Amino acid sequence: MTIELFLQYLFAGITYGSLYAIVAIGFNIIYNTTGIINFAQGEFVMLGGMIAVTLINFVPLPIAIFLAVILTMIIGALIEMIFIRWLESPSVLRMIIITIGLSIIIREVALHVWDESVRSLPYFVGNEISSVTILGTNISPQVLWVVGVCSLMVVALSLFFKFTSLGREMRACAANRRAAILCGINAKNMVTLSFVLSAGIGALAGCVMSPITYTQYDMGPGLAIKGFTVAILGGLGNSFAAVAAGLLLGIIEAFSISVVPLAFQDAIAITILLIILFIRPHGLFGSSEAAGLKEF
Amino acid sequence: MLKIRNLEAGYGKLRVLKRISMHVDPGEIVTIIGANGAGKTTLLHTIAGLVRPSEGEVFFIDQNLNKTAPERIVALGCSLVPEGRQVFSTLSVRENLILGGYVNSKKDKSLQGKELDKIFDLFPVLKEREKQLAGTLSGGEQQMLAMGRALMAKPSLVMMDEPSTGLAPLIVKDIFKVILKLREAGNTVLLVEQNAKAALGIADRGYVLETGKIIVQGPAEDLLLNKDVQRAYLGREIED
Repeated sequence: MTIELFLQYLFAGITYGSLYAIVAIGFNIIYNTTGIINFAQGEFVMLGGMIAVTLINFVPLPIAIFLAVILTMIIGALIEMIFIRWLESPSVLRMIIITIGLSIIIREVALHVWDESVRSLPYFVGNEISSVTILGTNISPQVLWVVGVCSLMVVALSLFFKFTSLGREMRACAANRRAAILCGINAKNMVTLSFVLSAGIGALAGCVMSPITYTQYDMGPGLAIKGFTVAILGGLGNSFAAVAAGLLLGIIEAFSISVVPLAFQDAIAITILLIILFIRPHGLFGSSEAAGLKEF
Repeated sequence: MLKIRNLEAGYGKLRVLKRISMHVDPGEIVTIIGANGAGKTTLLHTIAGLVRPSEGEVFFIDQNLNKTAPERIVALGCSLVPEGRQVFSTLSVRENLILGGYVNSKKDKSLQGKELDKIFDLFPVLKEREKQLAGTLSGGEQQMLAMGRALMAKPSLVMMDEPSTGLAPLIVKDIFKVILKLREAGNTVLLVEQNAKAALGIADRGYVLETGKIIVQGPAEDLLLNKDVQRAYLGREIED
């Protein structure tokens, strides 16, 4: 393998890995406040891309993306308020089935609204054939957008959780929900907020990825499986581990093309998921002690 | 301040509390003693709004709490220090305390620093541990943190659920000293304890809870001398 080819694979891996990481972080935010995995997370990514693609017919690109993110956040809030909020201490299994049901409903609605054709946003700068040269290899400027926006999101989220009072309150809910209630914090609002946040980051990732991966009504489940693999690989609930695990999975997938046929690419994530669940269910970076305390 | 009338509560079909009536006046330390499973924690949880009463009423400063959300009850000035500390173990000591003051921070941010200083005066060890994660504290320090966190809300009534559980006798003494200090500062305390002797030693009045019913009540000194209480909870044989 030439250096140039190596770098091509590496950048492709980092690009997809960033998307997986963002989906996994979306999982983590909701997991931390509710203890459930929201399997409709991939649908937020799809909605973000789809709404932006539609809006771009009426408004400039940045405004279309902004509105798409806001609208997806509102959808996230509505989903939580209609389907999750009123449940009094539901079982984990029930919540999982609800979120899987939600993902099917959102997909079907999207199919009726947008039909099954593949769309995409235009490249943010330049077009399909424009490229920048990094370390002697040519990559699309959109790759820089993806990596840049995804890293910004990770940094912004960690600053939000660490330094704002709202972030502190969400962490308190994650650490001990009952104690948070006893401090006067409305835990149910924090759960709504966690859905809003993960819908927002999912939608934004869906927009920046759209020129590269395209957007289609049924892209959600595939992404959800990849994101779930990454979340488990890193250790559920740990967002920085999700970034590392996301990049790892993206890069493994990218390099796998040079060894196995392209059709096997998706099988790799599932194989990794199974291996991890068998030998290290608490993830690469999670502690087995903490995993023992988790509900699943 | 707190008035409970014919309260019944439980979990599903299980009735834990049976027609409980009691009250707490401003400035008092009132203790509820009883064995494991008597319903002490359920009683506190019902007052705090975590468990809903099936019958009867809970009044706090003339307000009916039966349907009030737990987070509203904290805002009204009734805080619970839960059993087993329940600190936010992945957050720092300082963050734990700031979260305790959540209900006031919405009204006035400047109060926060003043309240923090007060808590650090009361528990100097928390000042030393300010930046540490709460999960790394010792049991006694975590208990102090849980109390400090509840006090940050400036509650008019503090309820404490078994603050002495699992702590060394010397530390229990410290904790009880702080409870006395709280009363001196004008706070009202409702203290649930298995350690009946220590609790009655600092309380003004007490209630004895047995299988969900209040069987004896009165001034703490009287309860300390009560033969049934002595036999059942103070581990003293009575010579006839």
